[in-house]
Amino acid sequence: MEVTNRFNMNFLSRSANEAFARAAVAAFAAQIDPTLEEISDIKTAVSEAVTNCIVHGYKEKMGKIYISAEILDNNTLRVKIKDKGAGIENIKRAMEPLFTTVGGERAGLGFAVMQSFMDNVSVRSAKDKGTTVTLTKRITPRYSING
Amino acid sequence: MAVEIKIKGEVVYAYLSGELDHHSAAFMRQAIDSAIELNMPTLLIMDFENITFMDSSGIGLVMGRYRNLSKSGAVLNITGVSRQMYKMMEMAGLNRLAKIEQQSNER
Repeated sequence: MEVTNRFNMNFLSRSANEAFARAAVAAFAAQIDPTLEEISDIKTAVSEAVTNCIVHGYKEKMGKIYISAEILDNNTLRVKIKDKGAGIENIKRAMEPLFTTVGGERAGLGFAVMQSFMDNVSVRSAKDKGTTVTLTKRITPRYSING
Repeated sequence: MAVEIKIKGEVVYAYLSGELDHHSAAFMRQAIDSAIELNMPTLLIMDFENITFMDSSGIGLVMGRYRNLSKSGAVLNITGVSRQMYKMMEMAGLNRLAKIEQQSNER
């Protein structure tokens, strides 16, 4: 699979940027013609990953979040969302539905939602170095009847 | 994002609108909790019809309000959810805690 297009951005881990980040990735993905439902899936998964960087990676302190999004030649979107924060000690446990380290208002569903709305989710993490989440989704090609 | 609160007898209605994420959930939580505290309803209805985006922060918002209400034995109903929101609510088992009505205009 070859990369045909790419964009990179970074921004401060302010919660106000959650909406910006998911909208930016959705706008980039528009060139492979996703349906409204696919756009919504992408926005939701990106929002979960960015929220994890803010809440868990940087623990509500300021840091930088890095997003790199790529279009692959088989109509696939690949998004990497990275922080240089706390890291995840036990990735397997972090990915279990309803597991959360913060309790209270967090449902513990972030990774479950990413996995349910994207084709593939992979996580790389090192303690005190940070976490990179890679989300992949193939967009079903559609053909216009108006040619 | 906004919350419109309406009170009819012992029922508190919370009409949510806009995008519901980790950023906006904090504000919505405060608005709903102060209405619960002030009115002590027997039923809270959270309406999602005008929510244009929701991630799992919406699930956290519902679960938190459910916990809050169950202290006084009050009941939670959820209305106007899209298919995608329902999928997330089901994942969290919210359908076992509250009555959930999907959007009437869903195809």
